Amino acid sequence: MRIKISKATVQGEFVREIETISGESLLACNQCGKCSAGCPLAFCMDLLPNQVIRLAQLGIEDVLDSQTIWTCAACLTCVSRCPKGIDLPRVMEAMRLVSMARRGNQIEAAQIPGEMISEVPQLALIGGFRKYSS
Amino acid sequence: MGIAYFPGCTLSTKATGYDRSGRAVAAALGIEMNELEEWQCCGATFPLATDNAMALVAPTRILAQSQRSGGHVTTLCSICFHVLRRTQYFLDQKPEFLERINWFTEEPYDGNSRVSHFLEVLRDDITWQGLAEKIVHPLHNLKVAPYYGCLLLRPQSEIGLDDPDAPVILHDCLDALGCQVISFPYQSECCGSYLAVSKPDLPHKLAGEILSSARRNGAEAIITACPLCHFNLDYYQRPSQSVSPSETIPVLYFTQLMAVALGLPDDQWGIENHYVDPLPLFRQVVPMQSYQTD
Amino acid sequence: MNKRALVIGAGIAGIQASLDIANSGYEVILVEKEPSIGGHMAQLSETFPTLDCSQCILTPRTVEVGKHENIRLYTYSEVDSLERKDDNSFDVRIRRRASYVNWDLCTGCGVCQEKCPFKVDSLFERGVGQRKVIYTLSPQAVPNKPVIDAENCRYLQSKWDIESGLTPALDKKGNPAKPKCGACEKFCPTGAIDWDQKDTFIEENVDAVIVATGYDLFPQTRLPEYGGGKLLDVIDGLGFERLLAASGPTAGKVLRPSDNKVPLEVVFVQCSGSRDPERGVPYCSKICCMYTAKQAILYKHHLHDGQAYVFYIDVRAGGKGYEEFLNRAQEEDGVIYLRGKVSKLFQDGDKIMVKGVDTISNRTVEIAADLVVLATAVIPRIGNQQVADMLGLTYDQNGFYTSRNEEFDPVLTPSQGIFMAGCALGPKDIPETVAQASGAAAKVLSMFQKDRASFQQEEMFSTIPG
Repeated sequence: MRIKISKATVQGEFVREIETISGESLLACNQCGKCSAGCPLAFCMDLLPNQVIRLAQLGIEDVLDSQTIWTCAACLTCVSRCPKGIDLPRVMEAMRLVSMARRGNQIEAAQIPGEMISEVPQLALIGGFRKYSS
Repeated sequence: MGIAYFPGCTLSTKATGYDRSGRAVAAALGIEMNELEEWQCCGATFPLATDNAMALVAPTRILAQSQRSGGHVTTLCSICFHVLRRTQYFLDQKPEFLERINWFTEEPYDGNSRVSHFLEVLRDDITWQGLAEKIVHPLHNLKVAPYYGCLLLRPQSEIGLDDPDAPVILHDCLDALGCQVISFPYQSECCGSYLAVSKPDLPHKLAGEILSSARRNGAEAIITACPLCHFNLDYYQRPSQSVSPSETIPVLYFTQLMAVALGLPDDQWGIENHYVDPLPLFRQVVPMQSYQTD
Repeated sequence: MNKRALVIGAGIAGIQASLDIANSGYEVILVEKEPSIGGHMAQLSETFPTLDCSQCILTPRTVEVGKHENIRLYTYSEVDSLERKDDNSFDVRIRRRASYVNWDLCTGCGVCQEKCPFKVDSLFERGVGQRKVIYTLSPQAVPNKPVIDAENCRYLQSKWDIESGLTPALDKKGNPAKPKCGACEKFCPTGAIDWDQKDTFIEENVDAVIVATGYDLFPQTRLPEYGGGKLLDVIDGLGFERLLAASGPTAGKVLRPSDNKVPLEVVFVQCSGSRDPERGVPYCSKICCMYTAKQAILYKHHLHDGQAYVFYIDVRAGGKGYEEFLNRAQEEDGVIYLRGKVSKLFQDGDKIMVKGVDTISNRTVEIAADLVVLATAVIPRIGNQQVADMLGLTYDQNGFYTSRNEEFDPVLTPSQGIFMAGCALGPKDIPETVAQASGAAAKVLSMFQKDRASFQQEEMFSTIPG
C-alpha cells in the first residue's frame, strides 16, 4: 500500500507528540540500521527498530499497530551503539504511551499464567505492568 | 566504613539469597551496610518519557531517605541501581523536576546523594587487591562466566560504571576470588527482562542463547548481579524444560561466590530458590560441613 | 640566490610537490618520518578505479626523488623547529634520528635483515605481518637503507643497560659484560653498523614550506564492539592491502592471520568509526567505499571460490569511473552489498560471527566470517598537531588542517609562505592528492618567480581578500 506523505504528516501532530515525549529529534537518524543489527529481539519483530523510527519520521501513525514496540525489552543496546546517540528506547516508550493512551493497555493481569505470577520476581511484574499498561 | 543500603522489593522476597549473601559478605569485609529505615519499591523501571515526574517520585523518595544516612546509598539489585542512578543523573540535569517532585513528597530531597552498586563499593573502597587478600578458599577450579546483563552497564553516559562492550568489573571481582574467569560473547546481551511477564517465550529463547554461548566457552557457572537475569537464566533450565542435567549450568549471584570464597559458613551463602542446584558444584571446590536452608 | 622549498612528508603528496618544484630548477629539502618514502601508497596492492599496481606507478616517482639532483632527501627525520626570519625566509632545524646504520657505508645488500634473529610486529604490515628489528619497509624502499628499531634491539638495550649500570659491568665469571646479539654487525660486509650513532641536526634556510603529513587510521581499540583490536582475523583496510600485495607478508595470498587458512567468506565493514559522532569521528572518510569495493574485487580475483560481503550505509562513489567500478564489484565479482551497519562481531570457534542488518530486505543478518576487514576512519597523522603548532597552522576539531578558505584556497594556510596538500587537510583519494600537491607546488613556484621583498605582501595568493 502506498503511503501518502505531505507536510501534514512529516510536520504533523504525531511527529511532534513522539518528539516531545521522547525528547529526541527523529530526523537525526540516518537509518544506518545499527540499532536493528544489535537488537536481541529483532528476530521476532514485525518492523525492525530502524523502520519504526523511519515511519515516525514520515509521520505514519500505522507504526503504532506494530508489535515491535511491545517486543522491545528496553535493553538499551540500540542507544549504546547508535552513531548519532539517538535514544531509541525513549522513542519506543513514547510510542507505547501514545498507543496506550489511544487504545488501552497491552497486558492485563488476568492474561498472565498463574505459574508465572507465583514464580517470577516481583520486579518483573512491577516493571512489566508499568511498561505495558497505563 | 558505613553506607546506606537499599535492598529493594525482590531481594526481600524472591531473591533473599542475594540479600543474605550480600549482607554477610559486606559484614565480613568490614562494610557497615545500614538498611534504610523506611523504603519502598523503586518502581523497577526508569521512566523513559521526558516528562514523567510521577514515576520518579518513588526513586526520589529513596534518595531522600538516604540523605538521612549520610547521602551515599548502595544496592545489589542491578535494576534498582539503574533506576536510582539514572534518577540522580536526571534530577541533576533538570533541577526543575526535583523542585516539582519535592512539592509532593513528605521529605524534600536536596539532590546530593550518591548511588553506588555494591560492585563499585568493592572496587573502590575495598579494592580487588584487598578482597583477594581476604580469600580463604580461592576458587581455582571453578570456571565461571560473568553475565552482566543490560541495566548494570547501559547507558554508559548516565551510569558510568563500565564499558558495556568491554566490561571488566565482574571479571575483576571473580578474578580476585581466584576463579577462572571466562569471557563469552553474550555476556551483555539481554535476557529478555520484563517480557517474562508479557511474552515469556522470548526470554526463554534469549536465555537459551546466552546459556549455550557460556557453555560453549567452557563455563561451569554463570554469575550475575540482577535478580531478573537470574530468574530468566535459571528458569529456562528448570526440570520441566527437559534440559539434560549434563547441560545445565548453575546461575549464581556474585555475592554467593564471594561468601564461599571468604570462608563464610554455608548458611550465609544464600543458596535458596535455585532451579539448577549449585551445591554439587560447590562440593567440588570447597569443604562443606553441612548445608542448611531456611 | 636560488630559492629553496621544504616539503614535510614524503607520501605521494610530498613526492609530487617535490618533483614539481625540483623539475622547475629549484632546490627541495624533503623530510620524511619513516625510514623510506612513499607513505601509505607504498602499502597498497592496487589503486582504484584502474587497478594499477600501486608499486608500479609509485616507484618511478620515488626513484626519481631519490636520484634527483635538486632534491635533498632526509628520511627517518623530523622537523624539530621552524622560525620565520625578518626576510620571510624560514630557519629550519631537522632532526635525523639515529638509525645505528651508517648510510654512507651501507650498500643496501640486505644481509643484516636476513641475519637478524628477531622479528617484531610491523606497523607497516598492520597486524598481518612482522619485520626484523633491523629493517627496511619494503624491497623497493627509497632510500634502500635499513634502520634499527632500538627499543626492540637486544644489542642496543643490553649495551645501554651495561653503560648505565643496570647490568653489572662484570659477568659471573669476572669477564667484562658484553651486549647480546650483534648479528647484523657480524655479517655486514661494509661495517656499516654504528652502535654509537646519535641523533644529528641539520640547519637549513628555506623560502617556502609545503606540509604534506598525511593520515593514519582510527585505532581498532576504540571499536570494542568490533573486537577492540584483539581478534586476529579482524583487520583494517591497510592490513588487507598487505595481504593482497605481492610484496606483502603472505606474498599476495589472502590468508587468515590466525591460522594461515584461506578465508572463503570475507566480510567488509564500512564506516568503522566514520560518520559516528558518538563514538568515532563525525565525518565521512571518503575513500572507504571505493577501496572496499576494490578490495572485494581483488579478493575475488585472488580467490575465485571466495564470497565477499560489504556492510554499508550509503555508497559514496562520486569520482570519474567510480560508480561503474561499484557496479563491476556487484555484477562481475558477485560482491553482496548489505545495507546496514554491523552492531557487533565476536569470535566463535574459528569463525568471526558478524551481527548486522540489511535494511533493504528488513532482515537482521548474521554471517559466520572467516575474515573481517574494517574500513576504519581516516584520521590525521599522529603528530600532525605538533607540526601545526610549530608552523602556526590551524586545524579543525577533527585535527585536519584548515585552509585560508576551504572552497577557494585549499592549499593556502594562514601563514604566508607555508602551503599544504593531501590528507593532512582531510581524507581524499590519490588523484585528488596528486592534483592538490601540484597545486601547492604551483603556489611555491609562483612565489619563487618574485623577489623576496614581495613575499611580504599578505594578499599574494588569496583570491578572496582578507
